[in-house]
Order: sequence, then structure tokens, then C-alpha cells
Amino acid sequence: MVTVVSYTARPRRVLQALLLLIAAGLGVLTYALVGLGRHGEIPDALPAVAIGAGVIVLVLQIAVMWRAPYADPVILPIAVLLNGIGVAMIFSYDTAVTKYIGTTASYASRQQLWTVIGAILAVVVLLVIRDHRILRRYMWIFAVSGAVLLLLPLVPFLTDEQYGSKIWIRIAGYSFQPAELAKICIAIFFAGYLVSRRDTLALAGPKVLGIHLPRWSDFGPILAAWAFCIAILVFETDLGTALMFFGLFVAMLYVATDRLSWLVIGAVMFVPPAIFAATLLGHVRTRFTCWLDPLSSENYGACEQIARGLFGMASGGLVGKGPGGGRPDMVPFGHSDFIYSTLAEELGMVGAFAVLLLYILLVQRAMRAAVGISDGFGTLLAAGLGFVLALQVFVVVGGITRVIPLTGLTLPFLASGGSSLVCNWIIVALLVRMSDAARRPAARRLDGEGSPARRQKLSKDAEDPQRAQEAMS
Amino acid sequence: MNKPLRHVWLVVGVLFVLLFGSTTYFQVIDAKSLNANSHNYRTVYAQYDRHRGPIVVGGEPIAESHATDDAYGYQRTYDPGSLYAPITGYYSVQYGFSGLEKSLNDTLSGESDALFYQRLTDTISGRDPQGATVALTIDPDAQEAAAKALQGRRGAAVALDPETGKVLAMVSAPSYDPNTLATHSAKKAEAAWSELNDDPDRPLSNRAIAGDLYPPGSTFKLIVASAALDSGDYTKDTKIPGPGSFTLPDTQSTLYNHPNQGNTACGADDSSTLSEALQQSCNTSFAKLGIELGQDAVRKKAQEFGFGDRLEIPLSVTPSSMGDDLNDAQLATSSIGQYEDRVTPLQMAMVASAMDNDGKVMTPQLVDEVRTRDQSVISSFSAEQYSQPLSASNAAQMREMMVSTVEDGTGTAAKIDGVEVGGKTGTAEWGDGRTPHSWFVGYADSGDKKVAVAVVVEEGGYGADVAAPIARDVMKAVVSQ
Repeated sequence: MVTVVSYTARPRRVLQALLLLIAAGLGVLTYALVGLGRHGEIPDALPAVAIGAGVIVLVLQIAVMWRAPYADPVILPIAVLLNGIGVAMIFSYDTAVTKYIGTTASYASRQQLWTVIGAILAVVVLLVIRDHRILRRYMWIFAVSGAVLLLLPLVPFLTDEQYGSKIWIRIAGYSFQPAELAKICIAIFFAGYLVSRRDTLALAGPKVLGIHLPRWSDFGPILAAWAFCIAILVFETDLGTALMFFGLFVAMLYVATDRLSWLVIGAVMFVPPAIFAATLLGHVRTRFTCWLDPLSSENYGACEQIARGLFGMASGGLVGKGPGGGRPDMVPFGHSDFIYSTLAEELGMVGAFAVLLLYILLVQRAMRAAVGISDGFGTLLAAGLGFVLALQVFVVVGGITRVIPLTGLTLPFLASGGSSLVCNWIIVALLVRMSDAARRPAARRLDGEGSPARRQKLSKDAEDPQRAQEAMS
Repeated sequence: MNKPLRHVWLVVGVLFVLLFGSTTYFQVIDAKSLNANSHNYRTVYAQYDRHRGPIVVGGEPIAESHATDDAYGYQRTYDPGSLYAPITGYYSVQYGFSGLEKSLNDTLSGESDALFYQRLTDTISGRDPQGATVALTIDPDAQEAAAKALQGRRGAAVALDPETGKVLAMVSAPSYDPNTLATHSAKKAEAAWSELNDDPDRPLSNRAIAGDLYPPGSTFKLIVASAALDSGDYTKDTKIPGPGSFTLPDTQSTLYNHPNQGNTACGADDSSTLSEALQQSCNTSFAKLGIELGQDAVRKKAQEFGFGDRLEIPLSVTPSSMGDDLNDAQLATSSIGQYEDRVTPLQMAMVASAMDNDGKVMTPQLVDEVRTRDQSVISSFSAEQYSQPLSASNAAQMREMMVSTVEDGTGTAAKIDGVEVGGKTGTAEWGDGRTPHSWFVGYADSGDKKVAVAVVVEEGGYGADVAAPIARDVMKAVVSQ
């Protein structure tokens, strides 16, 4: 992979500052264009938004220079850019609602507030967590927190069932999607758990159909994770959340053990419950019907949401209607679950591709950190967070574009919603922290908690940066 | 752990390739069919979000679009609302469009091929595209006179320029205000829509060209008389039999010479000249004349006047008709405009116009000119001859007969001082115990101004009393200008 980043210790802070400025500038520009496109005038809040974006970028830059000077210079700018485009698209939805429906919507200003909170939390994470390995010490706390968070929507007085799925909780009038935060907790727990058990898990068991199965005694935790995901699927009736957690677990298990059998087992184990849900749970069954055939007359009533999302995308075409030129108000949840449709309508296929590429780049930076980091825990965590991000984008965009059935997840950084945005900023802060560890020259002298083989490999990589790069390409 | 990381990265790549593919599919490959999907409201909005050209009468816009700040972009307004509604139709978000808004949709919206160059220059110069202006042939004075005269009644009036076929007036009463349907307020439009549809007087139907059609009654005698002259065996002075009553062949039914079983014979010896028979509107004379001529001759003449032909003026005109395979009894009643004869007022105006244009029927047209917003003319009016059912000399004889009908026959109420007025009244039976429809078909010719009219008033009674004065008002509005 050709990249300017090398393993020699180069902080690249100027590059990051430049990229951050460009990212914030693009976000603010899109915001202004939405106002111009919708009403022909620059939005009143533009100076405030521009100053806010500038301050956020400045604070992030200072925090990184101070506490993570060797961090990957691309991660934060991508987050800022995605966040900025998201705010602009939500603003477009708001203005469309005001213009065409006549009611007021203020999702954009709320999202701006959550952006500030998210960025502050990201800085706090950077300042508080000086070394990501600390997290490993609290892995069981994270395990419990994650499990509790995931089960919270099942608590009767907290549950906030929306559109058939119980993946929301409501506290003091605020809706919150606990799965977002649980995602981080569970990823930390998996990383911690798997890094200590990887050697036993990797041991070969019986061979079936040419695949080395793991030992029966190692199935416990896998079954536990599987059961947990099935519980989510059945009781919270959300295929997307279940898919995301199971995918996260299987991917991390595979990275930890390097055993293909885990992937096969994972895939096989997920299919029966998915089929069960698709055939027996009414809500999920509808989602399946709408996945396969949303446009026929008999299905249209139930599948209007996905159909309208597709209409929005089709109206955007290749280059889009322009910021503020589309009709996101005509797509239900055009600001949150269906923001991809809004984006695709206004910025066209070109814009949608650009955003997808930004996600790919972000995932690639996470994988890069995973490769470069010296301890197994860091590798697993970075890879896990990167993969879950990719998986989430796939589940959401795939749901809207009928690759898979539609689920209730939200697009990271873009979709309106405080819990999702804040959690994604935390994830980005963790990635920044780990990329700093991966690229920091001192990090390689410290013996981490990785295996001897890993250390040996890393020292080789240190001697030969080219080789380390090839490992990723 | 680099190998599994590479594999995970590969999986991520595959997942994203799927997303790129699906996005491309729905945004580009399948976009056309999605945009055309009947559930897709965006297409509807896009259609309404177009600066439609105005419809103009006498230099004044009667329908135009104004930019709005709502979902549809433009609001269509009609001023004056109900006067031109049968012509313009409505342009409604909820209920689609009708009238010229429908017939000339491509022109008004700027979509038609003739406007390609205009679209191109608009695109290049970055101007908001605008549809073409459609100027109508309507004479606002005649239209107002007709609407005023028909006020409070059910019926229709059509006025044509006999020499060009220009439609000078087209009124259907009662009318409606298209603004109530064009409103973007769904609630108001729904209320107006159900009110208009529930109205037993059916204000939405255009009685002049496309209602349920009417039996023409005695006005059909003009066609029978034309057929007689055209046969060469008759002149206006030929004596024809016209007894007080006539038992229809092979039936027990008796046809009386005049309405309400009036059995006064048409003249001494139960006979009269063709001219007198028309003047007094003798039923038995024309029933017998029809049988004498034969149904083929009568039908052929009717077709030459336009029966059976669906005209697009560009509003679609329902074809007028007379029954098929008639026996003599049916032919007898058909010849006095009953039985299965069904006509539009426009058709009857065409019949009258031939008399005042040397026997030639001109194709009726509503559109005078189509202009781009830069006033460059896309298409302009050119008169077209539709047919020539009569020779010029026969047409002159018809005129003489029609003039005498107005001078001292049934049509005296249509007289205009100092102007040649010819016509034929009609009193069309259409249901047992119902008041007959009242007709007047005729023309006025002041030398430099000509007009042919047809007026029908539903359940109006005697044509001589009701329709004739209305026709006079309309004709007067044209010839006295």
C-alpha cells in the first residue's frame, strides 16, 4: 500500500492540521451550500457553525499534539469530514421539512451540540487513557457493562420500542441506543479475553470435512457470545445489532487465532437463527419481504420506507441534486436511519462513493494501527473497532440499497443521533490513541504484552519498514 | 496476526464492493424505472415544479403559474376562474389535469419537441426553463356574452368563425372555478373535488364538446335539408308533403307535425315548400323527406359535416352520431333529430358555419399561436378546410331558408337589427315527461364579421323561446364589434 506514512518516527502534525482544516472547511462549505440550495441564501448560523468547527478542530489538534503526537494524521480529519457532511445533510433535511412540510425540525442544531460533546469526549479519552493497554485491566468490567447495556432495552420501564425493534432506551425523555456504547465495551472485552486465550483457542481439535475444528472445551465462550446475539435477535428483534456483534466476535476470534474454522463455524451458527427470525418473527419477516421485493403493489404499503429511500437515490442520479436541492423530507428518517439516501440524492453517486471511500480509509487506518501496534490486545482492539465500523456501514448502507434486509442501525458519524455520534467519537479517539502507540518509536522498545513471536516479527518490521508496509498491502 | 488481518481487510473490501455495486445500481442503472414508478411522488412534484407557460385570451393571461415556496414550486392560477374553465381545464396536484392543461401539457410545460431549442438555450444561459405561451382564438366578448346568457342554466354555447374555424366562444354551464382544484392545499382541493363531483349539474363536464351529447331535435333538419339540396332533386322551393300527423311505417306510432301533438299540417294540401317546412319546423315534412332520401344519403351528409369523427381542437371532441341500420320509422325520427341522434354543440356550430362559408366546413381550432417566452412564434394559426358538404349555391339556398326562419319562422328571437341572421331552432325530446332541451343553431353575417353558433339549454323548453335569445347575445357580441 502506497502511503506517505512510514515507520520512522514522524509525527506529521502539520499534515494533520492541514487535513483537519480542509475537512472542517468542506463540512462548513457543504452546510453553507445547503442553505444556498434550499433558500438561495447563506444560513444565519453559518458564522457560529464555522467558528464551532474551527474551535473543535483546534482543540483536537492541540490534544493530539500534546498527548498523542505520533498519531495517524488521517483518522481525525476523516471523522471531522464525515461529521461535517452529516451535519450538512441533516440541515438539508431540516430545511426541506420546514420548506415543504411547514413544520420545524432542528435535528441539525442538536447534532452540532452532540458533535461538540463527542469531540470533547474524544479529547477526554485521549487525555485520560494514556496507554490503551490500561483498558485490558478492566476487561471484565467492560464485559459486564456491555452485557448490561445490551440488555437494557429489555427492561420494561426503559424500553422504547421503535418500529418493531427494541434497541432503544428512554431515560428522562432522551432516547439512547445502548448498542452503540456496548459495541465499544464488547470490543475491549473480546480483545482482552481473546488475547489471553488465543493460544488454547488456536489448538486443533477434531477434523471435519477438511477443517480443523477447535477443541470442544473451547466452545463455551463462543456459545455464550452466540447465545447473547440470538437473545438480542429474538427479544430485541433487531437483526442488524445481532449481526454486528456476532460479526465482531467472529472477526476478532479469527484475527486472534488465525483459524479459518472459526469463520466457518460463525457463519454456520448465524444462519439458523437468522432463518428462524426471518420466518417466525413478524417484524423481521416484514424486513425480509421488503428486502426481496419492496416495490410490488402488495408489499408497497409495508415497505414504503425502503422504497422511498430508493426513490431518493434514483432522483439523485450520478451527480445529485446538489446540497439543499433534494427532497430528503420525502424519505422517512431522512436525517437518521436513511441519511445515506439523503446523501445519495443530494451529492449523487459521486458523493456517496466519496463517503464510502472515507469509511474505507478510516477502516484502513484502523487496520494499519492494528498491524503496527506491538501488543496483541492493541492489535485485536484496533482491528475489532475497525471491522465493526466497516460492518456497521455495510449493514446500514446494505440495508438501504437492498444488499441485506433493512435493520435499525445508524450510519457512523453521518446519522442524526447523539448516542451514535458520541460513541463513534470515542472509537476514533481510541484509534488515535492506538495509532499513536503503533507509530511511536518508543513503543517498540517497550515490550508489550504480545507473544514472543509477535515481538520478533515486530523487531524485524522495525528494521525493514518496507516489509511492514507490505504486510498490509 | 498479519495474515488474518489481511483476510479481514479483504472481507471489508468485498463488503464495500457490494455497497458500491448496489449504490450504482439504484442510482444509475435502475434510476429510470424507479423514477417512473407509480408510487414515486417525486416525479409528481418534479412535474409541478415547472414554470408552466400562460394561456392567453385577447392578450390577457387566463391561466398562469406563480412561483411559490412550497413543495410544488409553482401555483397555477386562473383569472377569471370559471369563465374559461371548460377550455383551460384544471391543473391539480391531487386530481391531475384536464382541458387544455392536459391536451397541451407538453407545450405549456416546455417539454414538447418543438421547444427543444428553447430548452437548450435556457439550459446554456442558466435560466429557469419556462413553458410556452398559448394564445387562444377565443373572443373574450363572445365568451362573456355566452357565459352571461347561460348563467343559471344547464347548457352550452359554441361560436365559430365560419371562414377560419376559429373557436370564438365555448361555454359550458354551470362552470366551476379551477382555482379551487389547483390549490396546493390538499384539504381544500378534496373538498372542492367532492363538491363538484357530487353536484347533480355536473359542472366538471364540458357540455360543448364532451358531455353526454344531446339529441339535436329540429336542428338536425338542416342536415336533412342539405342532403335534399345536394341530391339535386330538390331546391328550397320544391314542394314536399307535410301532413298534420304521420303514422310511422310498420308501427302504430304517430308522429305529429308539431310538439305537444300539434297536428296542424305544414301547408295547404298537406304540403309546403322545403323552405316553408324548415321555417315552420314541420316534423312530418322532414320525416318523410328523410325516408325519401334514404338513410345512406342522410348519414353521408351528416358525416360530411363531421359526424363520427373525433376532432382534436386540441381538446378532444366526442364524435356526434346517428343510429345505424335504421328502419324507415327510425329514419323518420332520426330525420327530425330524435331516436339515436346525438350531437355536440360544436358539431352543430360546424353545420351552421358551412352555410355562411359557401358550403365549406373549416376545422375548428382553439389555439391561435404558440410563443416562447421570448415572444418568438413556434406555431401560428392557419385555417384548414375540413370538408365541403354543400356547393356554394346550395349553401346560399340554405342561408335563404335559415334567414326566413329567423325573419318570420320559429327563430325570430335571434334577430339582430342590420345584420343577416339565419338559424334553426330545435326542441329535443329526451325523456318521457321531461322538459325538452332547447336548441338554436345559426349564424350572423354583418359583411365583415361572421359568426356561427350553436346553443343548447338543457330542459329549456322551446328553442324559439330560450336558446334563440342566448344565441343572439353571442352573435351580437361578435358582429357588433
